[in-house]
Amino acid sequence: MDAAEIHRRLRDKLGNSVLPEIKENEWPVIGVLPAAIAESCRLLRDDPETAFDCLSNLTAVDRKTDDLIDVYYHLYSYGHRHKVNLKVSCPRLDPALPTVSTIWPIGDWLEREAFDLMGVNFIGHGDLRRLLMPEDWVGHPLRKDFVEPEEYHGISTRRESLLKL
Amino acid sequence: MRKFADSLLNGGIFDGMPIELGYVLVVAFFAFVLLNFIMLVAGVTSWLERRVWGRIQSRIGPNRVGPQGTIQWLADGLKNIMKEDIIPEEADAPLFKIAPYLAMMGFFATFAVIPFGDGLVVADLDVGLLYITAVTALVVVGVLMAGWASNNKWALLGGIRSAAQIISYEIPAGLGVITVVLFTGSLSMQSIIRAQGWEPWNWFMFDNPFLFVAFFLFFVSALAEGNRTPFDLPEAESELVAGAFTEYSGLRNLLFFLVEWGNLYVIGALCATMFLGGWQIPPVTENPFLLGLLQFITFFAKSYFIVFVAMWIRGTLPRVRVDQLMTLCWKYLTPIAFVNLLGAMIWFIVFPHGFLPMRIAMVLIGGGIFLYFLSRVMFHLRRAKPEMHLSPLA
Amino acid sequence: MSTTSIEIGLERETPAGLETEEMTLNMGPQHPSTHGVLRFVVKADGEIMRRAIPDIGYLHRSIEKISEKVGYHGFMPYTDRVDYVSAMQCNQGWAIACESLAGIEVPRRGEYCRVIACEFGRIASHLISVGATAMDIGAFTPFTHALREREKINDILEELCGARLTFNYMRIGGCAWDIPPGFIKRATAFLDAFEPLIDEYNELISFNKIYTERMGNVAPVSAELAIAWNLVGPNLRGSGVKYDVRKDEPYSVYPEFDFDVPVGEGKMGEVGDCWDRYMVRMDEMKESCKILRQALGGLPEGPVVAKVARTFKPPVGEAYVRVEGSRGDMGWFVVSDGTAFPVRTHIRTGSYSAMAIVEVLSQGLMIADLIAVIASLDIVAPEVDR
Repeated sequence: MDAAEIHRRLRDKLGNSVLPEIKENEWPVIGVLPAAIAESCRLLRDDPETAFDCLSNLTAVDRKTDDLIDVYYHLYSYGHRHKVNLKVSCPRLDPALPTVSTIWPIGDWLEREAFDLMGVNFIGHGDLRRLLMPEDWVGHPLRKDFVEPEEYHGISTRRESLLKL
Repeated sequence: MRKFADSLLNGGIFDGMPIELGYVLVVAFFAFVLLNFIMLVAGVTSWLERRVWGRIQSRIGPNRVGPQGTIQWLADGLKNIMKEDIIPEEADAPLFKIAPYLAMMGFFATFAVIPFGDGLVVADLDVGLLYITAVTALVVVGVLMAGWASNNKWALLGGIRSAAQIISYEIPAGLGVITVVLFTGSLSMQSIIRAQGWEPWNWFMFDNPFLFVAFFLFFVSALAEGNRTPFDLPEAESELVAGAFTEYSGLRNLLFFLVEWGNLYVIGALCATMFLGGWQIPPVTENPFLLGLLQFITFFAKSYFIVFVAMWIRGTLPRVRVDQLMTLCWKYLTPIAFVNLLGAMIWFIVFPHGFLPMRIAMVLIGGGIFLYFLSRVMFHLRRAKPEMHLSPLA
Repeated sequence: MSTTSIEIGLERETPAGLETEEMTLNMGPQHPSTHGVLRFVVKADGEIMRRAIPDIGYLHRSIEKISEKVGYHGFMPYTDRVDYVSAMQCNQGWAIACESLAGIEVPRRGEYCRVIACEFGRIASHLISVGATAMDIGAFTPFTHALREREKINDILEELCGARLTFNYMRIGGCAWDIPPGFIKRATAFLDAFEPLIDEYNELISFNKIYTERMGNVAPVSAELAIAWNLVGPNLRGSGVKYDVRKDEPYSVYPEFDFDVPVGEGKMGEVGDCWDRYMVRMDEMKESCKILRQALGGLPEGPVVAKVARTFKPPVGEAYVRVEGSRGDMGWFVVSDGTAFPVRTHIRTGSYSAMAIVEVLSQGLMIADLIAVIASLDIVAPEVDR
């Protein structure tokens, strides 16, 4: 099934929650409004015609200039061998999205990673804890305005230039 | 040995000394000699194991200390003695300290009855085999104690595994031993050897099919009791870090390894004694000294052959899981051992003096299998790439 | 890195007056069989595990953040560190991602060089994997035999790019170096010697009774479960899903080669058990040899690298490419805003999802089985944490 068809089906079901344009690419990008992302994922997975049984990737991108955080969902169907990329933009101050961890179990860790490194809140994720960083870490390191703390538990994160030694 | 002590005491060396003190001195002297001998055996076994293992794994192994690395074990021992003996703060210090010595005692005491030659035995006890079965159980106490006292979960798991394993495998091992005892009517090590002859068809291994099976039962169970691959679960490195010995360092750790290598030799010696004719040699000389030496060499060669096979197995096989270990023991080895014992009884009733055609047939079959095996080994050696031919003396 | 803080209530009925307590074992980050720095919090009842909770982050170097600071060309050496056991495919993933952003055509000889390098890397990585699996099961010999062959591959790759572990061989638009003189002869000689050895390994360990008992029927992953957890590569194929990015989503010059995709068949138990995953890797080495022979035989003439601007500024856009790494398909996601530095890079790796599934697989297994599961999933710590 090609991307236009997948897009049409989503539009039929969800109306204007799915943005009208597709960006043709190797993984065609379909824009979705934040509130509708879990629903559209569920539809895409459960519809036997689309049957996206695999969440290949989930990435959050900090677009500081536009004051937005984009979240990309790369879906892949092993049955039909087709793929689509859902893109959600949410406000940078308080990014919150419905969780997809109930739809694909791997969403659990991918969402935890996005939360940990980018600070995206996934509503309905039962266990949204830091994954890679220590649990008492402050801030979300992959944000563009993240400033590395001077020290962590009394260990300095600054290092003298080797040339000066 | 007792006779020897008596002759020494009556010989006037200890005149004017209480007879008890004389005995103590004699015993202490022999214990000292034996202890050093055991260290030598365990050390050489460790070097041999590393070299054999290296050869199997197409690497070289220790070859720096002494010619061909032969005194590597001495260097390792010295290093371990000089290392700090760390006792974890949370550990149960007295038990932690005493555990290696208990394990050490358990295997050290077995050497008292191992017959290296006709007269070369410290104490030819009437209950020799029973004694060995009893004292080797001390090793379990040591290992279990080490596991518990370390106050470390990995060590605890290792200790418990070890206890379960050794106690379980005592049964098939014991039944294998009993099969031999059935044919000799004696538990004394020397009389077991004297009941055999120097020719392979006079060895118990080839005496009848039941003793043959008993040999394998005993060998497999002994491997398990000695914590050898494929039954090296108590110290399974990839699972339990170092099992019961995780917290040990320096000399105490070395003692546990000494026990392992020493036990390997004990397994070989027991197999040689019970199934391979022990020190029996053809009557080639009348000279008692030369005879003793030849017997000693024969016994050593036989036991080291078994040791070599155990090393070979270690280099080839993976490790079983703990439930498979128990399944093997309780569902296969123990029933087989019982049936085997029953069969041996019937055989003994039917042929109380042995059955020569069967012996010859078994030797022929055994020899055939051995030759076929050698041909396989030669085939693989020929097929191997030239660069894989690491010289054994590299 | 935060699993320790949660307590997992696992209720169990016990007779009155007797209290049983669950043992919490801390496996890793310094444990002999968690190659690298993996950590599992094991809730065990004696030898039987209730749960093994993976705890990651000990090797987190934030390579993704680094990419935002060093630019497209400059990030290439860092990709080696994503999966240092098979760095070539990481190089390739990053190169292809950048090329697809900017629409760069790679010269055919360059593509062939990449394929040769990647397939040698794959064999080396699989050798480590199968050897380490055998070592974790308790047989040390296969590991040394596997490493012996891997050393020879390292020699070959050293000839190609001057490095033995972190290669930094590929560039955006091709490869850094052409194939050195005499390379094809030596590489073919290695393949001639190596291919029969795979059968020898199989004789030595794969079909050993103890080994098949340890690996067979342990932690089977059904095809549905594998896909839902996004298992990729050999782990996915071990579950019987015939999917290989090289075949099904062809990239580079892989469509020109003839090779099979081995899948797990459940010969020693259920489909998708540890033995299947292990055996897929064994078979894949043979397939890699096949590809290598074809690539070495049909090497085209020409340059190895396309002309790419020193300051590489791809147009605005994003690209998500997948390459078949040794641990399954690696997803390389790059967002460009038209400057010389990527806005965001995300690397989705095979070990990541394999690590995530351990918690589900470990329930009710024995501690010794957990080792087999980790080994058969071929988890490499840097790939999980990046």
